Formats: sequence, C-alpha cells, structure tokens
Amino acid sequence: MEQSLRVKVNGQAVKREVPPRLTLADFLRDRLRLTGTHLGCEHGVCGACTVLLDGDAVRACLLLAVQADGREVTTVEGMGEPGRLTPLQRAFLEHGAFQCGFCTPGFLATGEALLRSGRRLSRAELPDLLAGNLCRCTGYGPIVDAILEAAGSR
Amino acid sequence: MADREAIRPLQVLTPGSILGHAVRRREDPRLITGTGRYVDDIQPDRCLHVAFVRSTLAHATIRAVDVAAAAAAPGVVAVLTAADLGLPARVGFQMVPEVFARPPLADGRVRFVGEPVALVVAESPEAATDAAQLVGLDLEALEVVVDAEAARQAGSALLFPAHGSNVANHFAPRGDDDVLAAAEVTIQGRFVNQRLAPVPMESEAILVVPEAGRLTVWATSQTPFGLRAEMASSLGMADGDIRVVVGDMGGGFGAKAGARPELIVVAAAARKLGRPVKWIETRSENLVGMTHGRGQVQQVELGATRDGHLVGLRARVLADVGAYPGIATLLPFLTGQMSAGVYAIPAISYEAHCVVTNTTPLAAYRGAGRPEAAAMVERAMDMLAVELAIDPAELRRRNLIAPDRFPHTTAGGATYDSGEYERALDKLLEISAYPELRAEQARRRERDDRVQLGIGLSVYVEVTAVGIGPEWGAVRIETDGTATVRCGTTSFGQGHETSLAQIAAEQLGLPLESVLVIHSDTDAVERGTGTVGSRSMQHGGSAVHQAAQQVRQKARDLASHLLEASPEDIVFVAGTVGVAGVPERSLSWASLAATAGDRENLPEGMEPGLAAEADFEGDGSYPFGAHCAVVEVDLETGDARLARFFAVDDCGRIINPLLAEGQVHGGIAQGIGQALLEEVVFDDQGTPRSASMLDYQIPSIGEIPEVVTATTETPSPNNPLGAKGIGESGTIGSTPAVQNAVVDALSHLGIRHIDMPLTPERVMDAIAAAGQQGRYERA
Repeated sequence: MEQSLRVKVNGQAVKREVPPRLTLADFLRDRLRLTGTHLGCEHGVCGACTVLLDGDAVRACLLLAVQADGREVTTVEGMGEPGRLTPLQRAFLEHGAFQCGFCTPGFLATGEALLRSGRRLSRAELPDLLAGNLCRCTGYGPIVDAILEAAGSR
Repeated sequence: MADREAIRPLQVLTPGSILGHAVRRREDPRLITGTGRYVDDIQPDRCLHVAFVRSTLAHATIRAVDVAAAAAAPGVVAVLTAADLGLPARVGFQMVPEVFARPPLADGRVRFVGEPVALVVAESPEAATDAAQLVGLDLEALEVVVDAEAARQAGSALLFPAHGSNVANHFAPRGDDDVLAAAEVTIQGRFVNQRLAPVPMESEAILVVPEAGRLTVWATSQTPFGLRAEMASSLGMADGDIRVVVGDMGGGFGAKAGARPELIVVAAAARKLGRPVKWIETRSENLVGMTHGRGQVQQVELGATRDGHLVGLRARVLADVGAYPGIATLLPFLTGQMSAGVYAIPAISYEAHCVVTNTTPLAAYRGAGRPEAAAMVERAMDMLAVELAIDPAELRRRNLIAPDRFPHTTAGGATYDSGEYERALDKLLEISAYPELRAEQARRRERDDRVQLGIGLSVYVEVTAVGIGPEWGAVRIETDGTATVRCGTTSFGQGHETSLAQIAAEQLGLPLESVLVIHSDTDAVERGTGTVGSRSMQHGGSAVHQAAQQVRQKARDLASHLLEASPEDIVFVAGTVGVAGVPERSLSWASLAATAGDRENLPEGMEPGLAAEADFEGDGSYPFGAHCAVVEVDLETGDARLARFFAVDDCGRIINPLLAEGQVHGGIAQGIGQALLEEVVFDDQGTPRSASMLDYQIPSIGEIPEVVTATTETPSPNNPLGAKGIGESGTIGSTPAVQNAVVDALSHLGIRHIDMPLTPERVMDAIAAAGQQGRYERA
C-alpha cells in the first residue's frame, strides 16, 4: 500500500507515491537522492539527520515521509551552494566548525532554525539549544562561535 | 645539550612558505554544502542490501540456522551462512595464535552478543531487515564469561577450549627486583580504565561492486590497502583485482582500521551474487559489532621518598580483549612502554595479561594503550601528592624528565625523542592562573560550599607512529604546471587534502591551488599503510616532503641546464623556476614538465619526467603536553560539571595550526567523554546494556566547557618535518585531568579515588562511602 505525498522540498514541489513506513530521511536520501542529509543513529539522538520542516528543525529519521505531506522541507542542499553560501555556512567555514562533516548538515539545520527564529542568541544558552546535535570531531567550540557570528551578522 | 645538537636541522623553507599557516581546508566547500560523498551516498543501479543476523547469546553452540522463511520473504535474493560462503577463519592481528582465528560468519559457536551468524541480501534495506527477523537461530547456551578478572581464574569457562585458558597473551615483567624497596611512601590503587565505544558519527559502511572479474569496494576505512590485502587473501583474489576507494568518511578513531569480518562477508556476497551489495551498519549494530576500546584493570603502586622524588612504579594490568583477540593484545604493551609518563622513574615493574571474554572484541580507540598509561600514572601522581601533602603541580615538577636528557630511554622501555615538559607545565599554570584556582578552592572549602571546586592536572607524553611500517608519498609535475601529490594515508576529517598539499607547495614554491592531493584509492595510489596511531603527518607528510624535495632538486638541475646557470643560483618563486636576481630568466613549471618529458632536452644522465616517490620510515615521536581541568562538583547531587579546561600541547613542528587545534579540541572532548560519561556495559549474561545512543552517551555541547589552548613546539628529530602526531594527544591528556579534578574536589572529604565514568551516581556513592552524604539542604 502506497500513499500519495505532496511536499515542497528546497522550494520545488514534489509528488510521489510512498509506503507509509518510509521515513522522511529515507525519502530524501533514497527517493530524491538528496544525500546531504545524513543518518547517524536512526533513533533520534544524534541529530545528524536534522532538516527544516516549515522552518522548524526536526529529525528526519523520526518522521515518516507522509507526515511531511502538504508541508515544506529544507535540506542542506537548499541552503547554499559553493560560491553562494548562507551566512551560517560561511561562518562554519570561517571557524573550522567541522572536520569529518558527517554531522554538519544537521547542525546547519538546527542553527538555521535558531537564526530564523529571531531570538537573541547568547553563548550561555547555546548549549541548551544545540544539545540535540552531536559531533564527535570538533569539541563544539567552533560550532558555537560560528552560530554566534552568523547571528551577529543578521 | 649535546643530545639536542644532534637534532637534524629543519629543511630550509621556501620564502613565503605556507607551511605552518592556518590554511583553510580544501575539503570544506563540499562538506558544508552536503555534496560530499560518503559510502551510503553512492547508489548504484541494481544494488542489493544487507542485513546481518547476529547472535542473541553471548556464548553458545550453533545447532542450526533455519533460513527457509527468510529466503522466501519478498525481495530476498539470498540468505547466506558460513557454509554458503566458505570463508577462511582469520586471526585479528599478526601476533595472535591461530587457535583464536575467527570465521567471518560464526561457524559452530558464537562468542559474543552481536556476532554475525548469517546475512540476508535483498532488493531493499527494508526487505533485508524484515527477512532477517525470520532467520531461526537455534543456539545452545554455554556458560558465559563477562568479567575479565573472572575469566583469568583457573576453572573459568573457556572461550577457546583448545587454548586451555582465557589468557590470550602475557607481558612478563623484566626482572624480579623490588622496585619499591627504596620507597619511604607508597600509594596503592586499583584503577578501572573502562571499556569505550568509538562511535564515529558515520557507522561502518561498505559498497562492493563486482565488474569484469574485479571488485570495486567503497569503504569507510582508515587503511584501504590493509583492507584490500585482507579481503584479497580471504577471497582468494589478487590484490590488484580489488580496488578500495574511501571517499568522505565520518570519523574512525581507530575502529575503522583493518578489515572487520562483516566487510569480507559483504565482498564475498557481492562476488557470489554478481551484483552491487551495500551494507550500512545501524547504530545499535555499531555499538555491539564495531570494536571497543580501553578495558583495563590496573593494580598500581607508586613509591617515593618523603620529599617527593619518585623511586619506583609497580603495575599489574589485566586487559579485556573481548571474544576474539586482535590488536588489543598488543595495546597493553604500549601501556607498559609509556608507564613512566613524563617522569624520571628509576625503576618500573610492569606486567600485563590479556584475557578473552564473551563480549565485543576490543581494538584501537583514539589513543590505544597510551591513554591507559597516562590515566594510570597521572591518577597515581595525584594520590601520591595528597599522601605527601605536596601540591600536585609541584610534585610533578620535581620528577619531570629534564630537557637535557633526550633522547631518553625510560624504565618503561620507550626511547623518547624530545621533550620540554617543564615548559609545558609552566605555560599551563600560567594560562590557567593556577594559584588563583587553588585560592578559590580554598575559599569554597572554608565556607563549606555545597558546590566545591576541583582542579585536575595531567602532564602527559604519548607515542605516535611507532612500529607501524613505512608510508608512501609521490609528487609529479603535470604538463599544465600543477603538481599531483599521492599518499598512502587516509583522511577522515583530518584535512590531509590541505596539509599534504601545503607540504608539497612549500618545497616547490607553488601556490596551494596548484597542488592536487590524491589519496584513499588503491588504484590511484601505489601503496600505503594508512592513518592509524597519529602517523599521517610525520610519516605520510615526510614521504611527500621527500618526494617533493627530489622533484625540486631535479627541477633545479634541469633549469640550471636549460638556463645555463649554476644550480645554486636557481630559485623557486611564485610558481616559477628561475635565476636569482634575473626575473626574465625563468621557466614555468608547465614548460619544465613538458621539457622534462623528452630525453633529448635533458642533461646527460637525467631520466625523463618531473616526478619522484618516497617511502618514509622513521622512528615514532613523543608528543606531550599539560592539561588542567576545572570542575564544579555538587556534593548534594554528585553532579560534576566542567567549568573550564586549559591545554598546552606540543606536537613538534605544526604544519597547519587550524587543523592541529581542531584535533586538540576534538580530542579533549573525547577524553572528557571517557572521564564523565562513557562506558560500555554488559550484564552478567553478556547482554549489551549500552546498545543505543540513549544508553551510551557521548558528550554533547552541554558537557564541554570553554577550552583554552596553547602550544609549545619541540621538534622531533625523527622525521624531516620535525612533526609529531596530534590526533590522539587531546584525548590522552584530558581524561586524567578531568578525573583528577573530580577527585580533587572531594579530597578534603577523604576521598582518594573514583573510577570512571564519574557519573553523579558514582560520585554520590563515593561521598556516601566517606560518610559525607546529606550535609547540605536540598535547594
């Protein structure tokens, strides 16, 4: 049994028939070949698969694709390209905020949602706001610096 | 200072060299835009997917494997067992006796929960996963051995009855002297260096594509050539018939070296079925199936004179190597080699036993044998400092190996190349404002505050690139004037595409953009050993450096011939090769390369081409440093929180400070994880209790404080770059600093030691055992 799914992904309208069990992450990666969204644990802890759903940061491994029906998804592929990076991506480059890069798209999504929320971001509260994304390489310091810089540039 | 003069002078740098500069990574643009290529991002047509069927019991004989229902399930192409693939059993490491050989799929017996018994190959990952549930494992339980100390006892159930014991190997002490005979004060400790899971963000992944008699293997591997060799020998193929390619890779930390049995199995399945086969490990599989690290119990005695001079160390180490012995049987040797730490300990008696247990096999994990040594010595030093009532910084200072004693062979048996330990300690005390921290601690104790301050020091030394073999590097000037660098190392976040390019660019006077680095493809690179033991810069980098140097010399000779100038007058400036002081007499690299291709243009005896290669094999190097953790411990809840962290690290000559600092910060975070959070746990039946990331907690941003770093640079004499490894230092130095800080916060209560991880529960237990529970009203 497949279900119809209409969703806007990175600004483009997409219509597909999908099985209800298909996760949003697998839909993005396997059906749309948007492989920038990475799967680190598939049980909602590591945050590597974080994408924006109507502007909110969500874990694509815990959502079913059909739950995105009628909504808008933004992945890392919809954020910027080489030569046309978002301020957040530029700040990540500037601060060396990633090493292996596997967790990076998830951090970008969480960071983007924070920046778009319009709230004032402080160094003191970022740990609470970013605790849902894990990185095993950087020790987090440069990620915080990058997000604060991007927030300051708005 | 005679020894120091023996240090070979560093190579003369090209003016304006980019070596030592914080060059931004060339890897970054693709990774920041989601266009990197990790294994699972490659999605070939007609690809099949694997789900492994794993043992649910820790120790059992396999009576039967019923695959009928799974084989009939929708989308299933094959269900394969050991009998179907007929792969040879292999030992996990050269020095391991054949009796411990492990079949890639369990054959007759399983020895840990998670050991693969069969695999389902299907048209989709979902179909494979569903069908794997239908495979019937008929297991007859055997007695389970989980605890290493129990496993060592005579009469314990045996994992390998043919071996007659669970002791896989033994490092005997050298001599039987009483190394503590002259001690006026001796402290004793039993330290558990707990078992950890590496948890790279990208779990294990492999895609094998059979084509025209060859296999192309896309893997997440630190050692593509090692993987190819083991795969080829297991499959009965020639090395050249397998191409291993590592694209972008989401971390490794030691656990992606070598060839996991699952990787061999997937390759065999692809070969048998003649279609691309992919396996992407789930996180829960990763936490039980990927090798673990650490896992030592250390009985330690450290003796000193009353005025705080060390006289001897006795250590008895029991290392758990898990169900199948591999490189974990070597690591306690490294612990022994490094057991003197940074101190002039006159006598050391070190002994280690490695035992098998019905648990996930252990192997290298960031530090691999050296963090265990640093934790052991640094913990013991703090206990001794309390016993002698000497400040821990001062006790350390009194015993540091002096800078004029290098190269220095320790009583542990290692020969340290170079070190300036007191300089690192001094710098640490300065940047941490150590006396002020102690004053604040005293104030809080005076006030009997509920939240106490702990200050933990560690002065560490470790060994990198030791006994691993040579590394290959090559440099070629292309006819478009660019340089191509090839190297046998592999990058999984370290940024070799940048740092290796810097090394070649520096020698050739080329802009960085003109240097392309190729690595991690066994078809495109001649040979290689890989990225393990923090060896890539000092071995791979030195090979590239030497190859580039040869190219530079040849270019100089050729230019001298073509320009009719003396070789001494040839200079390498702004991407050209020319005559000093005569800018119009210069040649582009492109024209030099084109000219070099034709023998007629060359001087007598010069071979065509502008290319060179080198195999660099040098002794290891000994990075060191000093770390200070500042922790606040809530005496009412046991919650230990890091307030600040200070680190001084010395990795010899720094090629790229941006990359080196990144390694330090990440390493410190991992070391903090061991100290405060991480522990792999099994129940008494060998069932994993930490098989999800909810149960196995790696540090989030919330556990990592502000980290202040500084460096000193003490070059290594053992390679032409003067470089030492920096990949593991942060992890090695930070763990004991944090552990010491937490114990230090509680030392006025009479607490002398708490084993890691220092969870609130453990800290509270220690406070309760000291009779100090419930002193403060709940907030």
